[in-house]
Amino acid sequence: MTATHYNDKVVRQFAIMTVVWGIVGMLVGVLIAAQLLWPDLLPPYSFLSYARLRPLHTNAVIFAFGGSALFATSYYIVQRTCHVRLFLDKLAAFTFWGWQLVILSAAITLPLGITTSKEYAELEWPIDILIAIVWVAYAVVFFGTLALRKVKHIYVANWFFAAYIITIAVLHITNSLAMPVSLTKSYSVYPGVVDAMVQWWYGHNAVGFFLTAAFLGMMYYFVPKQAGRPVYSYRLSVVHFWALISTYMWAGPHHLHYTTLPDWAQSLGMVFSLILLAPSWGGMINGIMTLSGAWHKLRTDPILKFMIVSLSFYGMSTFEGPMMSIKTVNSLSHYTDWTIGHVHSGALGWVAMISIGTMYALIPKLFGREQMYSVKLIDVHFWTTTIGVVLYITSMWIAGVMQGLMWRATNADGTLTYAFIESIKSTYPYYAVRLAGGTLVFAGMLLMAWNVWKTIAARTTTADSPVVQPA
Amino acid sequence: MDIGTLRGLITAALFIAFLALVFWAYSKRRKADFDKLARMPLEDDPPAKDSGSKTP
Repeated sequence: MTATHYNDKVVRQFAIMTVVWGIVGMLVGVLIAAQLLWPDLLPPYSFLSYARLRPLHTNAVIFAFGGSALFATSYYIVQRTCHVRLFLDKLAAFTFWGWQLVILSAAITLPLGITTSKEYAELEWPIDILIAIVWVAYAVVFFGTLALRKVKHIYVANWFFAAYIITIAVLHITNSLAMPVSLTKSYSVYPGVVDAMVQWWYGHNAVGFFLTAAFLGMMYYFVPKQAGRPVYSYRLSVVHFWALISTYMWAGPHHLHYTTLPDWAQSLGMVFSLILLAPSWGGMINGIMTLSGAWHKLRTDPILKFMIVSLSFYGMSTFEGPMMSIKTVNSLSHYTDWTIGHVHSGALGWVAMISIGTMYALIPKLFGREQMYSVKLIDVHFWTTTIGVVLYITSMWIAGVMQGLMWRATNADGTLTYAFIESIKSTYPYYAVRLAGGTLVFAGMLLMAWNVWKTIAARTTTADSPVVQPA
Repeated sequence: MDIGTLRGLITAALFIAFLALVFWAYSKRRKADFDKLARMPLEDDPPAKDSGSKTP
């Protein structure tokens, strides 16, 4: 028996939650940016303190906002490019409700201070087990759909999604191995510096596979679609896919420069990070050049603007990343706000902007509309986001370099020129600019919510669309 | 064979495999197929609802 319609329900659910979690995650981001400027804004030493809210922000934007966007688009793309309905409807529904339960558990436990203290892997062991179960279900749905495909070739976007799903399973399970001592506390099975290395092997591959490979999968479908042009170079997509996934695996040690990690491992991480520039730019070039012959569309289509600017930020941050992994540069940049600027160049500039652009392209299709309720408002959103991100990253660049220089400055007699608190005091104006930038980005998300609301209110259908027979 | 030699050989094998992939992907024989595959995202719209995105 072959289903005649795609499973669009689960795509719709994840698409709507992308907007909801985007607003929640970025609101917490704005709050903690304000707390750095006004430390007593919210009651300190409570569940609203900076230390409790910061992991809530990172988990919400990466796994709730980014994750929902990836579930939605991977399910949408794998059905369209395989010309078949999603494998096992009930299991797909389980991934939606299971993932929302994970997010809810994070939103409750992190402010309570229940944490493993591993960055981006803070959630305690019962939630980790739930994540593993949902993720395996996701893999079954995705690979089951690939297996049922009606065309011989597996489209490149699905290769990126497949690599991301497999790798995140391996990373999450390996890094989360822990010995529970109670329902809410566990200790990592890895000792000392091995724990640090496993953590950053996980951490950097979360960047490489969750925040990069998977969003490239999104890009490889929605950029050609929106531009109405074929992929610029399909063979480049094949080569840079294999280069990207095999290189990212080794870049993690650059998070541990000048620590007790063996020196050779640090250098290895640095070299692989430098090599990463090539496959990263392969993806950027392929995405941007897909517009060749359709550049004029940038003038009128704000969705394409979102996509192309996101690829530009991707190119910028994947140039900056290898530079920061060079040990001598890292000795200046590490532990400063430069790192925060770099992360947001990737996370807001690349990940958020490609997701927002894609959602504006996807949501009308899912609700039987030609386009969003207001195209003009998409344009306003594009400019608030772009200006916001630029303010954010430039202020953090300046703050970071300043902090690095102040921390390393010494007097003739070898004593430190500046006390640590002086560097914080000097950072205040940049924290204010960062807060302004973040607020602009957040305000854009509110515009998006309004636009999505009005689009859905004017829906003509919520039925599943028919499976298209392959040409 | 000691572990270092084995690791070296594995690295060499992977490097050769990567070069083989590059030559395969960029061979003239693959061009026609790849040009067709590059259009995959453009060819999955329902025919009736096509909004004119299939420009040349």
